[in-house]
Amino acid sequence: MTIQYTATDVAPSAQAGGKPQGAPSGTPMVSFEGVTKRFGGTGGQPAFTALGGVDFTVAHGAIAGIIGRSGAGKSTLVRLVNGLEKPTSGKVIVDGTEVGGLPESGLRDLRRQIGMIFQHFNLLSSRTAFDNVALPLEIAGVDAKTIKAKVGPLLDLVGLGDKARSYPSELSGGQKQRVGIARALATDPKLLLSDEATSALDPETTQSILQLLKRINAELGLTVLLITHEMEVVKTIATDVAVIDKGLIVESGRVFDVYASPKHDTTRTLLASSLALPEWLRTAIKPTPSAGDRALVRLVFFGETAFQPLTGRLVAELGSDVNILAGGIEEIGGKPFGSLVVSYSAEPAVLERANRFYAETGLTTEVLGYVA
Amino acid sequence: MSPEMLFNLLLKSLGQTAQMVAAAGIIGSLIGLPIGIFLATSGKGELFPAPTINRIVGLIINAARSTPFIILVVAIIPFTRLITGTSIGTYAAIVPLTIATIPFFARLVEAAIREIDKGLIEAARAMGATPTQIVFKVLLAEARPSLMAALTMTLVSLIGYSAMVGAVGGGGLGDLGIRYGYQRFMPEMMLAVVVVLIVLVQLVQSAGDGLARRFDKRNRKN
Repeated sequence: MTIQYTATDVAPSAQAGGKPQGAPSGTPMVSFEGVTKRFGGTGGQPAFTALGGVDFTVAHGAIAGIIGRSGAGKSTLVRLVNGLEKPTSGKVIVDGTEVGGLPESGLRDLRRQIGMIFQHFNLLSSRTAFDNVALPLEIAGVDAKTIKAKVGPLLDLVGLGDKARSYPSELSGGQKQRVGIARALATDPKLLLSDEATSALDPETTQSILQLLKRINAELGLTVLLITHEMEVVKTIATDVAVIDKGLIVESGRVFDVYASPKHDTTRTLLASSLALPEWLRTAIKPTPSAGDRALVRLVFFGETAFQPLTGRLVAELGSDVNILAGGIEEIGGKPFGSLVVSYSAEPAVLERANRFYAETGLTTEVLGYVA
Repeated sequence: MSPEMLFNLLLKSLGQTAQMVAAAGIIGSLIGLPIGIFLATSGKGELFPAPTINRIVGLIINAARSTPFIILVVAIIPFTRLITGTSIGTYAAIVPLTIATIPFFARLVEAAIREIDKGLIEAARAMGATPTQIVFKVLLAEARPSLMAALTMTLVSLIGYSAMVGAVGGGGLGDLGIRYGYQRFMPEMMLAVVVVLIVLVQLVQSAGDGLARRFDKRNRKN
């Protein structure tokens, strides 16, 4: 499958506040073309297919989230972008450069343009916060004076201006990740890779780190590619999302669209927090109705429909009682998003009236099954 | 023999031991360090992949480490003569001591480097570091406390080994203890030697521990 995010999808900040992005607009920042990755397969061992043909692009200035369960191939996917892993077949192109075609030295130059942050921070315990942020600059051969001028403002940016002399063991998890972010930004990268950067943090710290990433994306015009197993992360900051399962991208698009109408089972499972049915309801669902059963329907409110009193009108239109079984309202990509699971009589006449009502109002619905 | 003479003997032996341990410790560690780094980074898929050479070097190291030290001393006499021009005396004893130190320290260095979180190597690679930069800026820097501990352990072992080089006229405290304390039935000399050795080992150990602690920022609460 191929998913194209066009240049018009780019967050406005990329053009407005950012520095020049080098590549012509329209070229994606990252693009995967038929990428596969197999591990092993030598010496009689069976090969393990981590990625089985991935096509995927990330636009300049986007915050793209790749979400999947552990073992789905997301870590491999993100490591292909900076060449820490090599694809078995297919192409990974970063800002017009094919990663696989680069010699080792070219790969090192590319990596200096790509920042990366990690789940376990990966800070050097022997260096202070300041020296950790300075490390990528030392590696790039930047002189001490420039390093000194550069690291301070970076620590200020991540809110750790007063912790320059602290060692990682003296910092909290959230502070360590802030140092990690400052370090990733030290070489002025155009792309930031985030490998489960908030998975080791508590919910509150997670939110503050996500807000920091969002701010960096807006202020520096930096493209962010993050992988996570938490829908919460994608929902909070991503503009685009791809769902990966067993080495394949099974669904992708704008976060709001995927959230509003998830097509794949994996997506639904990952959306569990707000969209999964309660256990008692899930076990009661039948795929076909028998006499006297009630239809179980999910109503999704977003955009226009979120602001209209549709539930009340539904009851009136149906001429049947409507039972609310589950639901919630949250904010995704700054827009309200509601989901309501209701049941009503599965009589053909009622169903027909319901469908007419949905068509009229533009309400997104999905028949989940039938319950007694 | 007067007590003064005995004391001077003790002092001279201490000097010989210090000389042998310091020389073998410094030369052996300097040679053992790069070998240890090589062992820790040349496996399959590591920074400087050379799995065949890695295995061969590992084999040699194991062979050297399983040779009893006193046999090593005698076995390499021709080599010792080649280097120092003589096969007896304190300088000659430094050669087998150094040869014994190299594999010992190399294995400790290997262990210290392997202990480092692979995530740090990955992070450095993601920054665009060359393998050499990773060794110097990440591995050696992070392993500093463990390397200090390894050096301490090596020096303490060397003090023990140096007691055996009396066999080739190396002198030193161990030799003094055997010749005077045991063979000349002077228990007070034996006791003095043992006490001096205990103090020496304590000093080396404390100094090493102190330095290791200073380098260690992993658990900074002080």
